Amino acid sequence: MIRFEQVSVRYPGATRPALHAIDLTVPEGELCLVIGRTGSGKSTLLRAVNGLVPHFTGGTLSGRVTVAGRDTATHPPRELADVVGVVGQDPTAGFVTDVVEEELAYGMESLGLPGDVMRRRVEETLDLLGLADLRDRALTTLSGGQRQRVAIGSVLTAHPAVLVLDEPTSALDPPAAEEVLAALQRLVHDLGLTVLLAEHRLERVVQYADRLVYLPGDGSLRAGSPTEVLASSPLAPPVVELGRIARWTPLPLSVRDARRQAGELRNRLQYRHAAPPNGHRPDPDAPTVAEVEALTVRYGPVPALRAVDLTLRGGELLAVMGRNGAGKSTLLSALTGLVRRTEGRVCLAGRDPTTLPPRQLIRHVGLVPQEPADLLWSDTLAGECDAADTDAGAAPGTCRALLERLVPGLEDDLHPRDLSEGQRLGLVLAVVLSAEPPLLLLDEPTRGLDYAAKTRLVEVLGEYACEPGRAVVLATHDVELAAAIATRTVVLADGEVVVDGPTAEVVVGSPAFAPQVAKVLAPLPWLTVEQVTDALEVLP
Amino acid sequence: MSRLRRATVVPRAVHPGAWWLWALGLATVASRTTNPLILLLVLATAGYVVSARRGHAPWARSFGLFLKLGLVVIAIRVVFQTVLGTPVPGTVLVTLPELPLPEWAAGVTVGGPISAEALVLALVDGLRLAVVLACIGAANALANPKRLLATLPAALYEVGVAVVVALSFAPSLLGSVQRIRAARRLRGRPDRGIRSILTVAMPVLEDALERSLALAAAMDSRGYGRRAAVPNATRRLTAVLTLGGLSGVVLGTYGLLDGTGPAALGLPVLLVGVAGAAGGLALGGRSRVRSRYRPDPWQAPEWVTVGSAALAAAAAIVTGVFDPGALHPTLVPLSAPPLPVGLTLAVLVALLPAVATPPPPSPHARPSAPPAAPRPTPVEVAP
Repeated sequence: MIRFEQVSVRYPGATRPALHAIDLTVPEGELCLVIGRTGSGKSTLLRAVNGLVPHFTGGTLSGRVTVAGRDTATHPPRELADVVGVVGQDPTAGFVTDVVEEELAYGMESLGLPGDVMRRRVEETLDLLGLADLRDRALTTLSGGQRQRVAIGSVLTAHPAVLVLDEPTSALDPPAAEEVLAALQRLVHDLGLTVLLAEHRLERVVQYADRLVYLPGDGSLRAGSPTEVLASSPLAPPVVELGRIARWTPLPLSVRDARRQAGELRNRLQYRHAAPPNGHRPDPDAPTVAEVEALTVRYGPVPALRAVDLTLRGGELLAVMGRNGAGKSTLLSALTGLVRRTEGRVCLAGRDPTTLPPRQLIRHVGLVPQEPADLLWSDTLAGECDAADTDAGAAPGTCRALLERLVPGLEDDLHPRDLSEGQRLGLVLAVVLSAEPPLLLLDEPTRGLDYAAKTRLVEVLGEYACEPGRAVVLATHDVELAAAIATRTVVLADGEVVVDGPTAEVVVGSPAFAPQVAKVLAPLPWLTVEQVTDALEVLP
Repeated sequence: MSRLRRATVVPRAVHPGAWWLWALGLATVASRTTNPLILLLVLATAGYVVSARRGHAPWARSFGLFLKLGLVVIAIRVVFQTVLGTPVPGTVLVTLPELPLPEWAAGVTVGGPISAEALVLALVDGLRLAVVLACIGAANALANPKRLLATLPAALYEVGVAVVVALSFAPSLLGSVQRIRAARRLRGRPDRGIRSILTVAMPVLEDALERSLALAAAMDSRGYGRRAAVPNATRRLTAVLTLGGLSGVVLGTYGLLDGTGPAALGLPVLLVGVAGAAGGLALGGRSRVRSRYRPDPWQAPEWVTVGSAALAAAAAIVTGVFDPGALHPTLVPLSAPPLPVGLTLAVLVALLPAVATPPPPSPHARPSAPPAAPRPTPVEVAP
């Protein structure tokens, strides 16, 4: 169905080709998962399928890409719209209309399909993706998972033979991700659609894949069955890593596979205690860093937070979890004084953040927002670091030194927008940390981060929280991150605190928020592969 | 008539083009008269139909906004006329202190005596503009702007999409302004004042540009801009016909609404323009392969709507020819304006759409999930 023959892609000004002499054939009806670190050419590969590379992005493509027999060299993306459906990373960015039903019809209108065919296909697609109740809704009122399903539906109505998705679940909470993956699964099984999918969060998708394509980052490519590729790939979900250290064969891809082989491991671990994440336990009598009392925030008539109480002590790493729209970001904004409180009190070391002038504020609290790039506005990395030093009143070079520790080896004259997702997060962290705020907040920091960047982030945050009088709060969907780092977890639902307790107690046994290792080893309270590795090293 | 009754029972959106033509008909009446009775009648007609047939969408509330705008227009007109305008002889109500002006400003007075006639003249003038604005407001409140753009002929389709995209970009632009101002505060820079807004402009524009690129890529891969092969000569002819025709439409409309220009500038130019534009658009439409999903039907209610307003407009034009005094009653000296019976009845006919069109669809008509359907909490705490 999709065929790459000796394909190379080179962007102007790039030192090496993004893809180099690639051969790949994806037969009809396969779900093919593309994995690789950021910047390894995943998006280039996906966008080459419908000709966006090079027709839209520029650059030179040599070799041949054919989809359903059509060569992308002679067919621009719009001429391939009836065979390839593309859903980008951010579904909202691709919406043309504003109502679900019209969005589903838009692609067909462009193709000039007759009215009765459109009408029928819209109804079929509404049912297929479970969107029938939402047909009249404005796109802006939908939740993340619903938007992603509408985006998939909007390309499906053209009846493409191939569906291409770039990180469809990265921005979603675990239940919404399940929702989208279940829909995809159905499309592959019932309609025989060929799906090409890129995703960083392997733990969510790897068990559905028929074939894995691994891009090591040097422009080459390795394809094969999931077990084959994962056996040696440096990128692997926790369940595969667990399988590797426990030497299970065949390598498990899903929690179910792993659990069936895990009996012996559970016995070995039964009487051992898991080391706390990051190797440190916060002191329960440490001084308070932040205090939230009966905090209520309303947007218009809709309450985003209802009477939330929270006390943060030095050394704590708090993960705030909950589905999209549960109030996580609002809580972080309230801690920085960015939103107006309807009621309640927020106190940072005796001061109310809303009354603090910006210059003082950054010495009390630092926030890395969901779009880290919002905080950057210089043309060069060096300029950004200098500005950060001036803003924070820090000694010149402070920010640059921090950045060197977080992301070594970046050049001074790079444009911040040319950095990869992980590098940009590092830069923003360095900017925020220059002011040494005792309270560090991160909103969804791992969106678009690969495993290596994530590991680095976990180390950095762990070190930061170890200094006395400091606390870190993460709002995240990433259960693996929370398990690896958080000493305490709070779950929000509809603006209320539902659970508040040590991470291990909160996540073990929760179907939505348990990390894979916990699911495999339940009811034992082990959360991460590192904990198991450490324990097994001590054992004979 | 039974067909019309059947067509008005089931709620549906009336064709937006019908509403706009209806509103333009009323606006034609308003722009051709200074008779305050007729003007108020037009205003009442528009207001009644709006209150009877507007939907629940955000734009449906825009009528009030246009009314307020009209009040502002009247106020400005009155202030200018009474304070700055040339004095009108008649019953003096108040005498304002007059500002002595130098010789070269002869003919202009600031302050001075204000007569009742001057006040009424200004009020009527302002009222006329306000009523025209109210007619446009009515069209705005009744017709979904996006559906209107969707009814554009195929050749103008791309322009329509550009406008739709621009419309939906405005709110998201506001969103990014807020985000980036928040970011300034997080970097320890002042987030209030004019300077902070200026420094926000650059990142906001970058943001918008990036989003446009993403949208363009998405639209391209969904088939936007597919076209059939068309010979070059046809394309050139299309351009000439469309541009020439549209200029004719603009000129003709101006002539028709103005009423003081030469008669040849009115209807004839408009008709030629419409023919040219229609020809151009039909030719241009041939290169498009696009079709339309659930187009708004044009049925009996639409004909009634347009017809009623056309009758009112025609009555105004005819009255203007045979009885100009009824359209422009003498205000100096002050006297009660006459009420031309024919025109009054014709304007009242424009009330028909309030009953002869189907009611707008209610958002609750279809059973659907509430906005934030509570899912069962996915949390289960281990003891």
